[in-house]
Amino acid sequence: MPEITRDEVAHLAMLARIDLDDAELDHLAPQLSVILESVASIEGVAGDDVPPTSHPMPLTNVFRDDVVVPCLTAEEALSGAPEVEQQRFAVPRILGDEQ
Amino acid sequence: MTDLTRKTAAELVDALTAGETTSVEVTQAHLDRIAAVDEAVHAFLQVDAGGALQQAAAADERRAAGAPASALDGVPIAVKDVLATRGLPTTCGSRILEGWVPPYDATVVTRLRGAGLPILGKTNMDEFAMGSSTEHSAYGPTHNPWDLDRIPGGSGGGSAAAVAAYEAPLALGTDTGGSIRQPGAVTGTIGVKPTYGSVSRYGLVALANSLDQVGPVTRTVLDAALLHEIIGGHDPMDSTSVQDRVPDLTDAARLGASGDLTGVRIGVVKELGGEGYQEGVLTRFQESLDLMVKAGAEVVEVSCPTFVHALATYYLILPAEASSNLAKFDAMRYGLRVLPEGVDNPSAEEVMRATRDAGFGDEVKRRIILGTYALSSGYYDAYYGQAQKVRTLVIRDFDAAFAKADVLVSPTAPTTAFKIGDKVDDPLAMYLNDLATIPANLSGVPGISIPSGLADEDGLPAGVQILAPALADDRVYRVGAALETLLRDQWGGPLLAQAPELQGAPA
Repeated sequence: MPEITRDEVAHLAMLARIDLDDAELDHLAPQLSVILESVASIEGVAGDDVPPTSHPMPLTNVFRDDVVVPCLTAEEALSGAPEVEQQRFAVPRILGDEQ
Repeated sequence: MTDLTRKTAAELVDALTAGETTSVEVTQAHLDRIAAVDEAVHAFLQVDAGGALQQAAAADERRAAGAPASALDGVPIAVKDVLATRGLPTTCGSRILEGWVPPYDATVVTRLRGAGLPILGKTNMDEFAMGSSTEHSAYGPTHNPWDLDRIPGGSGGGSAAAVAAYEAPLALGTDTGGSIRQPGAVTGTIGVKPTYGSVSRYGLVALANSLDQVGPVTRTVLDAALLHEIIGGHDPMDSTSVQDRVPDLTDAARLGASGDLTGVRIGVVKELGGEGYQEGVLTRFQESLDLMVKAGAEVVEVSCPTFVHALATYYLILPAEASSNLAKFDAMRYGLRVLPEGVDNPSAEEVMRATRDAGFGDEVKRRIILGTYALSSGYYDAYYGQAQKVRTLVIRDFDAAFAKADVLVSPTAPTTAFKIGDKVDDPLAMYLNDLATIPANLSGVPGISIPSGLADEDGLPAGVQILAPALADDRVYRVGAALETLLRDQWGGPLLAQAPELQGAPA
């Protein structure tokens, strides 16, 4: 089983949008390797003929009647926002300077 | 005057019905108890004295008018901080949600309010329910009332400790891999994980959608049944909620309380015991088994060979689901927003990264990264895909076992409560606490943890877990109540009566 390297952890952290500094990478990378080594033990336990389970009590086609039901007001929906402007979520810039 | 905090929920209902006390008195007694002991225990992250007393006064009015809203109208309750409570901060034990006040109630909270249970406050937990000790809370650990230097289990250590310390007669927990049952075992209290889909998850901040379930945390089996009947049942707001009616649980608990188990087939799971289990835990387990045999139960040994892979399976499925779920904490719509240091006019992505670094603790970061890895292309089939297949095998093992036995039993947790700090930076050692509880979450079956006594080597509580087939939650109450009766007859009272008095407690 492949060991998870410090560089890989840094890459995964970037994908997961978490800034990890050097000290955190030094701390977490070896721990993740140990965990991964342990969970890799399930390799080969189930054959190709075993179907996967995503939910223990599978339900399909869960519908409700197409009727209007009460929901949050705009004020309620915005009540936890870090920043609000003109009844909208105010966010930092999305595009880079060059764009 | 008798101490109202020592009464069970069922006894409080009797006293309220008889007019011997009021909900305001009962609620105030618990608020006083919280004020006296919670500095030491730290079971609560938020206490809502004003709200609880207001709800209690309303309950008293209903009762005076002869129209109580439910069997538990006026009995106060504590709620795990992972459940959204309108107007009351909900943090999930995380900095990223510090101060967040939900604009809506979780369905189970709506049901509590509808049933008239005053909400005392929100209980401490491992951050986003990731942990087995409550040490991963961003707001400091909860302490086990049996020994304040020890962990109360997790992730729902706050709810279990609140009930064990008589700060609340009832609490709600959530169980993703054992977070209700394992704290129950190490604090000498009762915890039930209902059948997956039988209690609404709407408003439960998801850790792993296919594993999470809300359930009761109490001091008696009957109290758990009373609470379960209030929170259970179909909810159109949760698309994984099953339509099936909740079986009659209080009847099952009352039937079981006779202590008779004639004709009940009890399966002992061979793979959940032995190596890795503390000797005193196993001794108490065997004792419980012997008592159940004396009470008429038939014991059979069953083998669930895939259970040895359940822990590894869980630690692939859970991080995968968690990493997706926690993507919503992006600093844009609610929760913490942190600007990166030394960056002029940072982008949304930079803000997101800085916020998630500052807002999440180590265990959450570990699991998000592990989940991201397990779901990444090239590894998906080997890890997440394989785990989903092994999950099928675990379910098949349960099916085969339940063909031979009505319920399955094992120790709830492999050890008694360990010292705070012992395992906090050793993830694998921490994960082993959920060895026996995880299979039920993978398969969706219901389970209860009952105190089995004190381990000889350390004098700390151990638990027995009873599992039943999906939707047969009544069986865990029947057998659980029977075992509770048999053990109490031996002890001459509840196990919690043997816990040391907490300092600051009224005489």
